Amino acid sequence: MKTGALEAARLVMARDLRLAFRKPSQLLQPLMFFMIVATLFPLTLTPELSRLRDAAPGVLWVGALLSSLLALEFLFRDDAQDGTLEQFALSGQSLTWMLFAKTCVHWLLTGLPLALSAPLAAVGLGVPAEAMWSVVASLALGGFALSLIGAISAGLTLGARRGGVLLSLLTLPLAVPILVFGANATQRAITGGEIAPPMYLLGAIAVLGVTLAPLAAAAAVRIGLE
Amino acid sequence: MLNVSGLHLWRGDRHVLRGVDLSATPGQCVLLTGKNGAGKTTLLRAIAGLLDPEAGEVSWRGKPARQARDDFHSELAYLGHEPPLKGELTGRENLRYSIGIRRTVTGEEIHAALERTGAQPFADRAVRTLSAGQRRRVALAGVLLTGAMLWLLDEPATNLDTEGKRLVATLIEEQLARGGIVVAAVHQDLDLSANRLVTLELGVP
Repeated sequence: MKTGALEAARLVMARDLRLAFRKPSQLLQPLMFFMIVATLFPLTLTPELSRLRDAAPGVLWVGALLSSLLALEFLFRDDAQDGTLEQFALSGQSLTWMLFAKTCVHWLLTGLPLALSAPLAAVGLGVPAEAMWSVVASLALGGFALSLIGAISAGLTLGARRGGVLLSLLTLPLAVPILVFGANATQRAITGGEIAPPMYLLGAIAVLGVTLAPLAAAAAVRIGLE
Repeated sequence: MLNVSGLHLWRGDRHVLRGVDLSATPGQCVLLTGKNGAGKTTLLRAIAGLLDPEAGEVSWRGKPARQARDDFHSELAYLGHEPPLKGELTGRENLRYSIGIRRTVTGEEIHAALERTGAQPFADRAVRTLSAGQRRRVALAGVLLTGAMLWLLDEPATNLDTEGKRLVATLIEEQLARGGIVVAAVHQDLDLSANRLVTLELGVP
């Protein structure tokens, strides 16, 4: 009996999660990078908490964006090299669903841990304790949108040599709105303002990403496999 | 059943496939031969739909394969140069996931296929620890498990020992006896019965 599209996507997720836990170095690399950036920054800037607090949204979000870019390189590359993506494309299943599943796993393994570890980094930047939940929520939502946008870039750079550089060049302009709204949400959380407006905008970008990014990534991957 | 007509394909500035025609009916095996670079792999990939030809058409059951891509792919098993296996997973796990996304597969079926290709003794070892021949046997078990009507095999006997090469020939014979179709790019003689065999030499002007 032919497997349904959702079951196929579930299997792709299960496989990727299993693979990730057997090869944890790829998981830890972006997280370590993020923590190092966020920890070193206060040492180089100033010991004054008020000034660090002002810089915190920028540091957290630029760190998160660059860490995500590091991990994006691995999103489809290994699967393309060992022929797994070809088998996905020839499985008779929806490539869109399977790539969406892979993107969700990417977020679960990089974006979410990054958001959850953000309070540790944020403490060093003088972010007040009451703002932590908002910081985590904005980074989690923004990270999901980043993974979706990154999936398109990862698909487009599949066949390119030195795809990592190209991937960054493609992703960064698209990621600017996420960076702006995300940093704004964090800023508002720190100053005790209303975070709903930037969060809605981040949510809208994520919804747009869920709708379009897997389709675009699937089309890009098909071209990349040629 | 499988019909390829007037296929033209360029790779960069190289005109690799020059009006290739091919047809195969159930129970028939088409062997693609030719020198290195003659376009055997390219033709297999074009039939599978992984490459877009500049001209010509691949049709399956009388319909253009591109128009009914998912249906065509459901009936197709493609084994390329490198076995599509994840090194960190065991052979059994690889098959469970890769076949599972195509069709419902039981542990017993996987066990039987691994047994059939002689991969059972090392099926629970991480694929990265296996030899190239052992990986090939696991991948062949995957081809069997697809239950596909059309097999596209690129050098299926590569890295296999003499007994392994005989196994490939037997598996192809069995597929043909079931009414399946096999298109295989080969360098070595697979010792198949000639009555079901069509040879297409590529790269001949």
